[in-house]
Amino acid sequence: MRAVAADGVWKYFGDYPALRGASLEVAKGACVALIGRNGAGKTTLLRILASLSKPSKGKIDIAGRIGYLGHGIGVYDDLSAIENLTLFGRLAGVSNPAATAGAALEQVGLSRVKEGLAREFSRGMRQRLAIARAFLHTPELLLLDEPFTSLDDRAVAVLQKLLSDARSRGSTIIMSTHQIREAMELASDVALLERGRMIFAGPRSSEMLLDPGWLYRTYGEIKE
Amino acid sequence: MREKTIYGLGILGTLLLLWNFYTIFLVIPIDALQGNIFRIIFIHVPAAMTAFAFYGVAVLASIAFLWTKNFKWDSMAVSAVEVGTMFTLVNLATGSIWARVEWGIWWAWDARMTTQLMLFLLYLGYLLMRPAVAEPTQRATMSAILSIFAAADIPVVFMAIRLHNVRTQHPGPVLETGGLAPVYWPPFLIGIVAFLLLGSAMILVRLHQESSSREIDSLRRELHAI
Amino acid sequence: MAALAIAGKDLRTEWRTKESLNASVSFALVILVLFSFAFDLDREELLAISGGLLWLVYAFAGALIVNRSFARELPNDCLDVLIASPAPGWAVFLGKAVACFLLLILVELISLPVFGLFYNIHWAGSIFPLLLVIALATWGITVVGTAFSAVTVNVRLRELMLPVLLYPLLIPLLIGAMEMTTGLLNGNAVLSDIRILLVFDAVFTSLSIYLIDFILVI
Repeated sequence: MRAVAADGVWKYFGDYPALRGASLEVAKGACVALIGRNGAGKTTLLRILASLSKPSKGKIDIAGRIGYLGHGIGVYDDLSAIENLTLFGRLAGVSNPAATAGAALEQVGLSRVKEGLAREFSRGMRQRLAIARAFLHTPELLLLDEPFTSLDDRAVAVLQKLLSDARSRGSTIIMSTHQIREAMELASDVALLERGRMIFAGPRSSEMLLDPGWLYRTYGEIKE
Repeated sequence: MREKTIYGLGILGTLLLLWNFYTIFLVIPIDALQGNIFRIIFIHVPAAMTAFAFYGVAVLASIAFLWTKNFKWDSMAVSAVEVGTMFTLVNLATGSIWARVEWGIWWAWDARMTTQLMLFLLYLGYLLMRPAVAEPTQRATMSAILSIFAAADIPVVFMAIRLHNVRTQHPGPVLETGGLAPVYWPPFLIGIVAFLLLGSAMILVRLHQESSSREIDSLRRELHAI
Repeated sequence: MAALAIAGKDLRTEWRTKESLNASVSFALVILVLFSFAFDLDREELLAISGGLLWLVYAFAGALIVNRSFARELPNDCLDVLIASPAPGWAVFLGKAVACFLLLILVELISLPVFGLFYNIHWAGSIFPLLLVIALATWGITVVGTAFSAVTVNVRLRELMLPVLLYPLLIPLLIGAMEMTTGLLNGNAVLSDIRILLVFDAVFTSLSIYLIDFILVI
């Protein structure tokens, strides 16, 4: 069962091709670590999959509700934590938005400060709020752009818990990162983007798990 | 082939125009009109009609762009808007000259001239916005949206200006083109055809320029992609 | 419903910060005062331009409000989250347009008594038809303004481009509103030209809803 299919996707920003014929097929329930250096096109690909951007060429096929966690926090500074999540619950068509929001805050450890405005939160708290938002409507497809970057340890624990819950529910996850080590542990599949091209896409092997640099050395164009 | 078309259209249009000018200025008897200045109607009104035709082309091209995402439609739209705006300016200028000569004022807020001015402003916004957006896909999409909104506004503008003029009983000349005797329709129609030909030639030139620039862009892209 | 949720969110955040409300109301009042110095008119003449003056003030105030509409989604990349959410583009648009509408109505209702005061114009007599004209024309301003707010959200010099693009398009709507308002303030309850407002509102509401996905996802 295919959850995501990207076929020959090109994306130009002016003259610059951020993606050059990238293709990716992801089975339902898989957890894909989307690896690549800065500028490889990971964010661009994820945004296209999240329908935030149209490809210049190529086709996209997505099934299911999407949960997106991008670079920005994606919460409103002038709303409280509970108001933020209730809003997103209502946008996502969740059946009981206020209750779901409360439960989500509980899960990420922000229950005590649920009435606090997001602008008053510490960075770690804002990150946990953003994570809560992305998982709120139990999406079938999670698109996470460098989710572990600069998270504090509490937020990392929360994210890992939510990810494993999502996996056991059968959700599909595509997670971009250039911190290979953490991603490898969670991933069932790996995709390597280099300068807009999908150099490798396939199951995670033991070599990848044991030696994070192996992937680049074996498949990458730029030899270390 | 394209160059031949451009030359062909341009030369044909120019010849027609020159022949028309001869007719307008030398053949039509003066006493049949309200003075010499009335001859300007043979430029004034065809210019407006040509502009309308090209704005119509622009909105169709804009819809085609949104549908197909093919940039050649964006090039067509911007070329049509530019040439159309030029003809609107011709219309405004000739109208102003006429008003000055006939009634002593450079501008009278009569229904038709005001409508033309509104059109000019609408499409001026389109032309002003294009340079403000650097990214080609974004620029083309936004231009298409603007062009569609502008075209949708045109009928409402007509409605509103009629209302305004009736209600406030603006003094001022209203161009009576409906009252043009049939014997004068030939130079009128030929004028429209001449402008359409010339305008099309100009659009083709502009299209050629746009397609060269797109070719350069795609060559640059291929270079980047290596 | 998603549109209501978004409208509520915009109104709530605006009420907490009051950033565009304050700017808009202040601007409207300043313009009203300035115009009173600009013209030295007797009562007859003032009544003749009353509708035009009022709608100029409302149009300027409106541009300030719609400008913020999509711009407020830029911090923290909230716009991305809205577009990526299951809520359809037209719901996001409609919610924002409704929020702008209510905010602009508020500004207009605050400015109206001030206008009556400074220019010694009685507006209470024809309040109901006046409110109808205000409602319809304000919807026209906000629906097109919100659409253009989305178009220009990522454009350089947005604060400048938005009015430049918006005002020419609004001219027919404003003409209709101005004519009828002047008539009403002069004591003639003539609304035969309400057609223009209705046509404008119908055309541009449907066009905006139809095209909003092209605007938001590039």
